[in-house]
Amino acid sequence: MNRLRRAAALLAAGALALGTGACAGPGNGSGGRTLTVFAAASLKAPFTELARDFEAGHPGTTVTLSFAGSADLATQLSQGAPADVFASADAKNMAKVLDAGLVEGTPRNFASNVLALAVPPANPADIASFADLARPGVRVVVCAAQVPCGAAARTVQAAAGVTLKPVSEESSVTDVLGKVTSGEADAGLVYVTDVRSAGSKVKEIPFPESAAAVNRYPIAALKNGREADLADAFTAEVTGDRGQKILAGAGFGKP
Amino acid sequence: MRHGYTGIPRWALGIAAVGALFVLLPLAAMAARVDWPHLLPLLSSEASLTALGLSLRTAAASTVLCLLFGVPLALVLARTSFRGQRLLRSFVLLPLVLPPVVGGIALLYTFGRQGLLGRSLEIAGVQIAFSTTAVVLAQTFVALPFLVVSLEGALRSAGSRYEAVAATLGARPGTVLRRVTLPLVLPGLASGAVLSFARSLGEFGATLTFAGSLQGVTRTLPLEIYLQRETDADAAVALSLLLVAVAVIVVGLSYRGPSPAGGDSGPVAGSRTGRTTGRISGVRREAP
Repeated sequence: MNRLRRAAALLAAGALALGTGACAGPGNGSGGRTLTVFAAASLKAPFTELARDFEAGHPGTTVTLSFAGSADLATQLSQGAPADVFASADAKNMAKVLDAGLVEGTPRNFASNVLALAVPPANPADIASFADLARPGVRVVVCAAQVPCGAAARTVQAAAGVTLKPVSEESSVTDVLGKVTSGEADAGLVYVTDVRSAGSKVKEIPFPESAAAVNRYPIAALKNGREADLADAFTAEVTGDRGQKILAGAGFGKP
Repeated sequence: MRHGYTGIPRWALGIAAVGALFVLLPLAAMAARVDWPHLLPLLSSEASLTALGLSLRTAAASTVLCLLFGVPLALVLARTSFRGQRLLRSFVLLPLVLPPVVGGIALLYTFGRQGLLGRSLEIAGVQIAFSTTAVVLAQTFVALPFLVVSLEGALRSAGSRYEAVAATLGARPGTVLRRVTLPLVLPGLASGAVLSFARSLGEFGATLTFAGSLQGVTRTLPLEIYLQRETDADAAVALSLLLVAVAVIVVGLSYRGPSPAGGDSGPVAGSRTGRTTGRISGVRREAP
């Protein structure tokens, strides 16, 4: 019994220590500063590079990146998640955070993204144009209309005068890409940056109708953040020359 | 529990209360967020009803498949013994602890277009990817262990004495199974089936990975909730409440009946060999 009690106490103490340790956050003890950036999932590659640059330019600073769908991040922020900077993949989710009174100053657009047609490397359905997607028997996967890439897919369909009959409407662009890279789908509508990051696992079919839906990415410093000056410096870096160069390298367009 | 001793240390009560709160509080918090005046319109939208209908149909189909494959599996695990049996049990139970998305990936490489079996199926004209069949397969994959575990437990608790009696009286294995074994473990079988149904109803990760998401075809209720959450939090909460209600009903149903494992007929060592060694003395003659 005694041993059990001691074990339980030890367990509880351990759990508490772990919990409080996590709350204190990294870097606080050593006197360094931590900048927390919430960024849309599609920004993963360029923002990881940008953060490394930023850390090199601001010694003693650690940039913590949290990547997720913009809607998820906006929800987390309005529920009180602590962050210094928010980079959204669309204006709508930035507006949510803005309406919640969490934004310091005004959001600035820093990049744009357009849709692209991704097919498996062998292009089994012989897709050469957007209109080919409407051929019977072609398995197309798109995003659902509720998410930004799905809204863009609708706009593009209207512009092209083509109505797609997708076999699946996924809730994230990564899921669409996954269905193409695994060879389950003949084609998928994703962002041009997704095709770029997928490398040789997919082939891009260019289509002019993609210009009908340009998605703009806004960034803003947040009121609840603890590092206001660092947050401003980071947004300046993203919108500045260095940041724009990295974003362009990942396939993003000008804001 | 009913043996009379109810003395538990006081600290256990306190911690138990915290544990219960940990489960109840989030549910209460969600219920508090429900937009009650608009609950019915939110629940009766076309997309919601389609998703609910699809969920109920696929979960029912998966439960049938679970019974079809799970009953023989449980019998093999509980009533026979062979080399590698423990390994087989571990593998059958694996989906219980596997993240569903891993199950989805595994299914994709089996039944997908480029998969192990999918390629042959495709040639034969059977397309599983993006179909309702894929949803049922994903649900069966994650729900099967629930049935096997429940039933194997019930079989072991029931012991094989009655079966041995029936066998010595000349009944063939098929008859013994139909007339003695299955009636004996019916409560365990029923609760296993109900749990499988519930697990199928809640399946999300494997379905999303393997089947896709299309209204009326593959978008079950959990997938609809996940999608609604993007734009309409109220609808997502309302649908979540609906799933909670269904889950409460299902769990209530499965635990209402008398537990077959209760009482003192725990797993009896050696009773597995009862059929051949004839440990029948003292067993009541009127087998059910």
